[in-house]
Amino acid sequence: MSSRAANRRRSILLHLFLAPLALIWLFPLWMMAVFSTMPDRGIFSPDIEMLPHGNFLDNVQNLQRDTDFIGAIVTSVFVATTYTFLSVLLTSMAGWALSRYQFFGKGAVVAIILGTITLPYFVVVIPQFIMVARDFHLANTWVALIVPPLFNSLGVLFMRQSFSMMPHELFDAARVEGVKEWRIFLYVALPLARPTLAALAIILFLASWNNYLWPLLINSKPGAMTAPVALGTLIGLTKVSWGGIMAGAMMLTAPMLVVFVLLQRHFIAGIAAGAVK
Amino acid sequence: MALRNRTAYGFLTPYLLVFAVFWVWPIISSFLISFQATRTVPWRFAPAFNWGRLISDPAFYNALQNTLLILVIQVPVMIALATVMAVLLNSPLLKARGLFRFAFFAPVVVGEVAYCAVFRLMFNLDYGIVNKLLNSIGIASIDWFSSVTPAMATIIIAVTWRWAGYNAIIILAGLQSIPEDVYEAATLDRVSKFRQFIFITLPLLRPILSFCIVLSIIGTMQLFVEPFLITERGGPGSGTETLGLLLYRQGFRSLNFGYASAVAYTMAGLAIAISLLQLRLSRERP
Repeated sequence: MSSRAANRRRSILLHLFLAPLALIWLFPLWMMAVFSTMPDRGIFSPDIEMLPHGNFLDNVQNLQRDTDFIGAIVTSVFVATTYTFLSVLLTSMAGWALSRYQFFGKGAVVAIILGTITLPYFVVVIPQFIMVARDFHLANTWVALIVPPLFNSLGVLFMRQSFSMMPHELFDAARVEGVKEWRIFLYVALPLARPTLAALAIILFLASWNNYLWPLLINSKPGAMTAPVALGTLIGLTKVSWGGIMAGAMMLTAPMLVVFVLLQRHFIAGIAAGAVK
Repeated sequence: MALRNRTAYGFLTPYLLVFAVFWVWPIISSFLISFQATRTVPWRFAPAFNWGRLISDPAFYNALQNTLLILVIQVPVMIALATVMAVLLNSPLLKARGLFRFAFFAPVVVGEVAYCAVFRLMFNLDYGIVNKLLNSIGIASIDWFSSVTPAMATIIIAVTWRWAGYNAIIILAGLQSIPEDVYEAATLDRVSKFRQFIFITLPLLRPILSFCIVLSIIGTMQLFVEPFLITERGGPGSGTETLGLLLYRQGFRSLNFGYASAVAYTMAGLAIAISLLQLRLSRERP
């Protein structure tokens, strides 16, 4: 058999296997979109319905009646944006320090950061809760949502790697010119690290946007909830609109899917580096 | 040198401050809390109080057993699936690559609450699309949430759907870093594609696969949201209660922080054991 024919056969087999798998994988997302456009009596009907209807806006209204979802979205957007900005800043400053300077205690700092990667989050969440809620009286505030999750280990290693791949002569030349170190960082190193920063920012935004456990624990008061927490409180209740829940799920998911499609390269770079679990 | 130190710590301070307050202190603190009786105020030091209860608590063994059961099935299935996805996505014969990548990678951006809600609807007994589709090919409806085995299966399916693509991304990056000429040489020597995969690809992927396996084990060990939302607080009964859920119930429903901390440190012990095992295995290379 010629190798062309063999390739052809292999290609057909490949697609025959992969296409059904891809359809199965897309199915829950497709159904989320379909459910979000269906009235409740459509979702809970004995017929098989797999095509969108036109009920999305009614569902959003039903959702808003069950919980203040729009308010929760506003909180989520603000928190995720602020968190992303602060976290990128802290993480890149630390990554810069670890890549550029030889200093006392550097080995220990790197070792401790590495050590936390495999540590379960549950080990810190109880004292974090006690501290933030009881000692600092910060439960149900934006600060509580933004500050404790700022520490992130893999992001620092990601930034450190990015900085150490840059030509050092560039920074040294700037220093010889008498440029201060923080200016070198801000105006030379950071602009050069733009692709890495983009990847990091996308992953951090996503992590904050989807974060559930910590916001559930610390901001459980109705007006202070993030969007995933507000939506989660409805799941399991009886007199609640499931079309509304699905519309909420869609509002949480669709923007991220768009970001994913538009910025796929950065996205994949961030995950491939294991930037954030 | 002194100046270097000052500049370096200038850049590091904000990060280390957050680290010290929200990680280092809590790591120590939850260890100490696990040795305190916290059900009455003021808390008092009682070394055996929580740990003694833990080793004789049927709820703990139930949660441990459920967690380990989900783990030993879910992690191997998911890593195998992720490897297959990555290898096939990497094939030069693949058409419509972007579409396939979207299909497998999209779940990575879907939040836990959103996807748990969809899975609950899809696996609903009377109206769920999964049972309707099963019925249409002549299989009787399965009551996914009222007996333990199907409820476990639902959770395993859900977690696998959510995380397989994530691991496939990491494995795909690993595949793309293997130099082409290794395969060219093997092809010239008439080594079949399958044998190339077994004898070239897998050994070279080993560090990346073990990274994925360790992170997945530690992730699944902390499983919380899926049994919380999909099978509703670990139901039926406590049939799908995991360690994460037990900790949440004890710590944040009953506000028994001491006992919850003991559960947390049990998880940490397991995580450390697994990391050390992986470290040892990756040192003795074949």
